[in-house]
Amino acid sequence: MERPNWAPGDIDLERPSVARVYDYWLGGAHNFAADRAVAQKTLETMPEIRDVVLNHRAFLRRAVRHLLGQGVRQFLDLGSGIPTVGNVHEIAQAADPEARIVYVDLDPVAVAHSRSILDSNGHVSVLQADVRDWAGVLASPEVDKQLDFDEPVAVLMIALLHFMSDDEDPWGMIGGYRDRLAPGSFLALSHAGYEANEETDSSREARKIYNRDVTRTTFRNKAELSRLFDGFALVEPGVVRVPAWHPESPADIGESGKRFPGFAALGRKEQR
Amino acid sequence: MTDRVDHRVREDRSPLDPAVLAGAESFARSWATAVIGSSYVPMTRAEVAQHLQDLTELLVEALFASPFRTAPGYEIGSRLVDAHFTGTDTLGRTVQLLGDDLLGELGFPGDERLHSRLAALQGALAAGYARALRERTLAEQEAIRAAVLDARDQAEAALRASEARFRAMFTEAAIGIGIAAIDGRILDVNQALQDMLGFSVEEMRQYNVRDLMHPEDAGSVWRLYDQLIAGECDHYRAEKRFHRADGEQVWTHLTLSLVRDDHGEPQYQVAMIEDVTDRHLLQNRLRYQALHDPLTGLPNRALFLERLGRVFNNRAKHVRAGLCYLDLDGFKVINDSLGHDIGDQLLVEVGRRLDHSVSGEGKLVARMGGDEFVILVEGSSGEQDIVDVAGRVLTELEVPIRIAGHELSVSASIGIVERQLSGTTSADMMRDADITLYWAKADGKARWALYDPERNAREVARFTLSATMPRALERGEFYVEYQPLVRLEDSTVTGVEALVRWQHPEFGRLAPDRFIELAEETGLIVPLGRWVLRRACEEARRWLEEFGDAAPFVSVNLAVRQSRDPELVRDVKQILDECALPPHHLQLELTESAIMGTADEPLEALRALCDMGVRIAIDDFGTGYSNLAYLKHLPVHELKIAGSFMEGLRAENEEDPVDSQIVATLVQLAHALSLGVTAEGVETPAQAARLLRLGCDTGQGWFFARPGPPENIDSLLRGDL
Ligand SMILES: C[S@@+](CC[C@H](N)C(=O)[O-])C[C@H]1O[C@@H](n2cnc3c(N)ncnc32)[C@H](O)[C@@H]1O
Repeated sequence: MERPNWAPGDIDLERPSVARVYDYWLGGAHNFAADRAVAQKTLETMPEIRDVVLNHRAFLRRAVRHLLGQGVRQFLDLGSGIPTVGNVHEIAQAADPEARIVYVDLDPVAVAHSRSILDSNGHVSVLQADVRDWAGVLASPEVDKQLDFDEPVAVLMIALLHFMSDDEDPWGMIGGYRDRLAPGSFLALSHAGYEANEETDSSREARKIYNRDVTRTTFRNKAELSRLFDGFALVEPGVVRVPAWHPESPADIGESGKRFPGFAALGRKEQR
Repeated sequence: MTDRVDHRVREDRSPLDPAVLAGAESFARSWATAVIGSSYVPMTRAEVAQHLQDLTELLVEALFASPFRTAPGYEIGSRLVDAHFTGTDTLGRTVQLLGDDLLGELGFPGDERLHSRLAALQGALAAGYARALRERTLAEQEAIRAAVLDARDQAEAALRASEARFRAMFTEAAIGIGIAAIDGRILDVNQALQDMLGFSVEEMRQYNVRDLMHPEDAGSVWRLYDQLIAGECDHYRAEKRFHRADGEQVWTHLTLSLVRDDHGEPQYQVAMIEDVTDRHLLQNRLRYQALHDPLTGLPNRALFLERLGRVFNNRAKHVRAGLCYLDLDGFKVINDSLGHDIGDQLLVEVGRRLDHSVSGEGKLVARMGGDEFVILVEGSSGEQDIVDVAGRVLTELEVPIRIAGHELSVSASIGIVERQLSGTTSADMMRDADITLYWAKADGKARWALYDPERNAREVARFTLSATMPRALERGEFYVEYQPLVRLEDSTVTGVEALVRWQHPEFGRLAPDRFIELAEETGLIVPLGRWVLRRACEEARRWLEEFGDAAPFVSVNLAVRQSRDPELVRDVKQILDECALPPHHLQLELTESAIMGTADEPLEALRALCDMGVRIAIDDFGTGYSNLAYLKHLPVHELKIAGSFMEGLRAENEEDPVDSQIVATLVQLAHALSLGVTAEGVETPAQAARLLRLGCDTGQGWFFARPGPPENIDSLLRGDL
């Protein structure tokens, strides 16, 4: 029997939410005191966080633009968060008003907000679901309504998978989505992580606060990220630091580029 | 003045002035560097630069505009926010950069008037920015709060919908569902359960689960219940009966499940109850059909055996039990001659009469199949009980049965077993009843027979003997003894009778009366007889070689079956040949019935043997019914008078005139037919003397010698004794 994922009592504004803390870092006001308190605390510990999240968000923009350039017109944005500015549908529909997008998030507030602003957009659907339940997501009416799996679909997992531990089998989940995709479809992924010995004390400290007050994270390095692309061919330049993925200008990579605490890549599903 | 300056500015320092334009561009780049990275702006670096360039141009235009207005400053501030330059540092850096660098970049570092204009525009920009940011922040706050409310509504609606679904499932379910507290208080029951048990919810709420106990509940039902309540198991299934409000019973399949709270503590119990009464009744009916004979309606073999098994499993209740195993006499004939239909009707009537005559507590009449019935009497007090039952049954069956115009007289044979239950099994009892039924048939039908362990033992022994006889012959367990035939006149041994014995490994030495009849039945008599004949002939040959003319002939018994064996003549001839024994050294003894009652063929065999020179004797003469006229034509040389006639000649000083007369007559008869006479069973000197006087030729019996090994004969012939 189907039960709601969230009971009303579960929507607790005293508890920081991943989506709202992220929104605060991006400069948004879709957040509450508890979210701001943690976000602020981590920022004080590690001021670079703002730069980190901006880069993930910028990767989203670059990836979507790249995909549009490849002719992709369908997007499945997993862990889409709270819409602020520069959302997938804005980027995609600016290029092609016919582009179709399904946003999926587990956070009921993020989903409710997404729905309220997208209500009138017939080519966008919002689904509240746990992305780990790939079968449920793929079988949902929202996905069914917007996406045609005979055509290429881009699956986006931007700043998402560091919320999944190895025990939760991200490989299996990705495989579930991958098997549904037509050849020529894509997986875009950005992920927090360092190579060995790179993590600074301030980062460790900030991560501790985040893990404790918001949610647990699992960082993955370049090699580990590559392994998530089983069944996909990596698009040049492969798995790289987030700012280094198809930068729009050399200045984007900047100082931090070399040691940026996160990796990104785009994979293309091969012909079987 | 203001006008002049304005004029000058507009004319000389138009925003299109390349120098000013270059300054603005340079400023925009610095501005971009200063504000990028403090919030997310969905533009490339170049797009950001372009955006700020536009704003810079707007600002420059305002700076030189006439009349001077601060509104563009305000607009620039607001457009910064629109582009999501919302970082906390953005405004500060912008205002500072404007003050520090703009006029210098434009080429008017020391222009007081422009300074004051710029200050005014900075103020307006800050105000526009603050206003826009405030609006944006409020809008976003409101949006997110609205989203929270929406989300809550959604969750609540989903919960309500799900609750409604569950409620609907609960109320509409065809299966009975009940929920009770852990202490057993019934909290809610659905419509199906109310209908099933006939109580309303209100009534049910008065009850505790334990009030629903039924006397027929298996012990496990409530044992598992206790475990469930204690949280030791999470659910179980059981078959259970309930009382309905109207006093009827409901048979159900029950599944009871435990519901735990968030801490894993037992919270509720949920019962799912399925009414299987119909199925149960159907099963009962099927079971009835499986256990009853469709023709007579009586319990069938399966039910009978089940009941009998139960009697044995429940020995505490009864100490003894009895069985009548009944079979109609000659039913096959009725069936074959009048047809199955009549046969079936007859069985129905017999079944009815049986049931009628023995019905009662502790008695079961069953049809075992065909025309066999059985009556089980539980708790009998002794054999007489069952004998009475059998007697009643036989009497009941005496009255002829009318079927379709036929007046049928039936009788039955009954085997009775009645015994103490300890020390026996149901299988033993069935087997013994079956055997006893067979006895009743063998003893003449239309009767009962009572199981007799001794008779059974005898029959078992008989059976064992006949079963082991073929192996015994192979293993040489048989041997031959010889008893002299003595000429009364001079006490010379003229012949010897060969008598077969069996040295049985289990029963010891057995005389022919124990096994010859069996051998006749099984047919083994033929090879056995042939073997005896050969042994005897070999012995006779030995005597012939040793004693020449004084050697005795051997007299060998021929069983009826042997006498009819078509191979007889050939066998005898072959044996005589092999032993090189002259035929007159062999005498074959046949009983009266074997000779008289025979058809032509055996007689021809006897003639052939006679012609060959073999002597033929009639054994036990006088006990059968010989056709004396016929006797004349038979190829016979000797009559052996049965030992029973010797009784009256036994005593020393007194003789029975009748016996004596009979013997005398037989002797005369034999002599009249030119036959020799041998008296068997001569045991006393008086008998020997009298027989001699009556003219009898030869005597045989203990008076002369008992049967013994061939060496005894050797001694006799040598005159050792
Ligand atoms: C850091 S945000 C990233 C948002 C967006 N992808 C972006 O890059 O701007 C991660 C989002 O993933 C969502 N999320 C985390 N675990 C999830 C799961 N198992 N199923 C669905 N959404 C999940 C969170 O609610 C959050 O909104």
